[in-house]
Amino acid sequence: MSNPQQIDRQEYNITVYTENHVGLLNRIATIFSRRKMNIESLNTSPSEIEGIHRFNIVIHESEEVVRKLVKQIEKQVEVLKAYYNTNQDVIWQEMALYKVPTDVIAEKALVERLLRENGARAVVIRKDYTVFETTGHREETDNLIKVLQPYGLIEFVRSARIAIIKDSEGFNRKLREFERAEPGEEVVENEFLNSRDNVFTM
Amino acid sequence: MLTQEKQAPALLEATKTIAGSEAIMLGLLQEGVDTIFGYPGGAIMPIYDALYDYREQLHHVLVRHEQGGIHAAQGYARSSGKTGVVFATSGPGATNLITGLADAMIDSTPLVCITGQVFAHLLGTDAFQEADVISISAPVTKWNYQVTEADELPEALAKAFYIAKSGRPGPVLLDITKNAQLQKFDFAGYVPCQHIRSYRPKPIVRKEYIREAAELINNAQRPFVLWGQGVMLGSAEQEFKAFIEKSGIPAAWTIMGAGALPSDHPLNVGMLGMHGNYGPNVLTNECDVLIAIGMRFDDRVTGRLDKYARQAKVIHLDIDPSEIDKNVQTTVPVWGDCKETLPLLTEVIKEKHYPEWLQKFHTYRDTEVAELIRDELYPTSGELTMGEVVQQLNELTNGDAIIVTDVGQHQMVACRYAKLNQTRSNITSGGLGTMGFALPAAIGAKYGAPDRTVVAVIGDGGFQMTLQELGTIMQSGVDVKILILNNRFLGMVRQWQELFNERRYSFVDITSPDFVKVADGYGIPGKQITERDMLKDALQEMLSHKGSFLLEVMVAKENNVFPMVPQGCSVSEIRLK
Repeated sequence: MSNPQQIDRQEYNITVYTENHVGLLNRIATIFSRRKMNIESLNTSPSEIEGIHRFNIVIHESEEVVRKLVKQIEKQVEVLKAYYNTNQDVIWQEMALYKVPTDVIAEKALVERLLRENGARAVVIRKDYTVFETTGHREETDNLIKVLQPYGLIEFVRSARIAIIKDSEGFNRKLREFERAEPGEEVVENEFLNSRDNVFTM
Repeated sequence: MLTQEKQAPALLEATKTIAGSEAIMLGLLQEGVDTIFGYPGGAIMPIYDALYDYREQLHHVLVRHEQGGIHAAQGYARSSGKTGVVFATSGPGATNLITGLADAMIDSTPLVCITGQVFAHLLGTDAFQEADVISISAPVTKWNYQVTEADELPEALAKAFYIAKSGRPGPVLLDITKNAQLQKFDFAGYVPCQHIRSYRPKPIVRKEYIREAAELINNAQRPFVLWGQGVMLGSAEQEFKAFIEKSGIPAAWTIMGAGALPSDHPLNVGMLGMHGNYGPNVLTNECDVLIAIGMRFDDRVTGRLDKYARQAKVIHLDIDPSEIDKNVQTTVPVWGDCKETLPLLTEVIKEKHYPEWLQKFHTYRDTEVAELIRDELYPTSGELTMGEVVQQLNELTNGDAIIVTDVGQHQMVACRYAKLNQTRSNITSGGLGTMGFALPAAIGAKYGAPDRTVVAVIGDGGFQMTLQELGTIMQSGVDVKILILNNRFLGMVRQWQELFNERRYSFVDITSPDFVKVADGYGIPGKQITERDMLKDALQEMLSHKGSFLLEVMVAKENNVFPMVPQGCSVSEIRLK
């Protein structure tokens, strides 16, 4: 018998807009570690707005847990807004780099074809090694490791996931609302509470 | 706004060059700080040097340990409603604050802690008395920030005070490197913080939820209010009372909420939770609408969650949106400051009475009195009980004292039986359960409410955790009544070992020094009593003594606190014995 909570668990993409503040990464990370939860993937980098950073966090959990986590994240003083989305709600990519001996590539036409089939592109070509780059979902970047392994793959690295929310209008308008001391009517706060489609009755 | 800024006196003056440490003093004065609890050390010396010039306006209380300092600041904040301020040095000074920070975090107490830090160029070099205080304190602070340049100080301090007190209050820590304290900079005046773009302390009140909540309340047959400290944190005692009196709904409190409505109010039906009253616990599972106000459904209040109020529709009023649906799923979430939401709700609810429903609480109360409370409060033979000491104290203070409690059996007894006529009269470590809290917190409570009598009720175990603060009492001359209920055991753990571990008393037998002699060593008069007929006079002597007094009452060794909701049980499975 599997635990019903296990069945509900799936990957969620948490998107967080924050101020650029020393120590905030630690505060966000401890929201997960305190509950003995593993972050599957974490990316943080400047957003489209100067001074605002965007986190992309991937976690394998039930929606109920994720909703609570997101509220805890949003509670942090330097967090402007946090969202969560399923994989269906986002366009996501991870980037991978592969270092392969150049002589193998040069000699074996098959390898070149495999690379092309996997959408890889050469970033650096040196006498001793070549670095290929590809982007895609986890399975895709994983697959290329398998493909290259027999040909002497020297080194591999993969980035965290980055994700664009399909129905997001970006953060510019929202930020202007936040900059006002008294938010206007149109500002949507507490959207996780507002969007509770099925109000639970005990 | 612009004209206001032009008129601000600070900006009219030419900017002057001052040291970072002096800017802190000016900022503290602007924030209305009058009392600081602290302990000096190497990395905070420039701040103490600046304080020397401001010692008349900023009263500094020298504690005996930084933990005592932060608990005192908590007591000050809780009795006064203001923000408590703590100074500590780097390294061990700062790490000694951690327990108090965790305590203030879970009990939403506004604090600004200022810690010294090693010179910025030494950060990360394992310098003398260096500790990574920002990382260590992050999980137990609402906000923290390290200042490494003097010119950051005014803004950082202003943010610290704003964040500590606004919204759901909490502890804030500023870690200030020694160079930033010493450095001179152009000080353009201190401007209190009023807005941080990434921080929304008060969620916008949603009128539709007020309407939905009112509809549930108006149609309820057996509504029940649970209130917590949020009522006091929002200074909404009057609004709360108006709501209760118009709605006619019986109301019960968490220990953090005790006193927001007077103990003898006809609609105050008692205490919730593991050692709360019989009726409120049982009837939680019989009400049809549960209205939770400024409380967070702690596990000690709810017992087993999947058997908690399953039949009820739940309305939850809270300023912190992350509390809503955290433990108990709500039917209507009314987020916002209860000082704003309660009047909106009171306006649209019908004036009602529930005599039959209220009678149920009274009936359970009668059972509890007959089976348990009478013997606890009015025993005629046998050893002294903790309850009768609290009852005698009630009679002598008439419920006007501030009762500060430590953690354990005496805490539950004091919270259950203390008569509280006014708000901010019950100061206890509710969420974290910090033994050693009471003595320093009582010192701070007296500074926060100098006109009130402060009685610290403490067990023999907890008293030994922070009794060094008797030195603070001695030196400052603060008037704190110390009432030790000594049962020669770590009583709460012993009770659990008796009930659940077949009386295997594993390391709960604790010996104590002669507390009266210890107090005497600090120049504090004291008395120990063992007999019932001495109780009233001894308490009277303690209360009427000018200045601090320690009274040790030897109570029964193996009394248990009942009622009790055993861990893992539903609130309706509460045991009377």
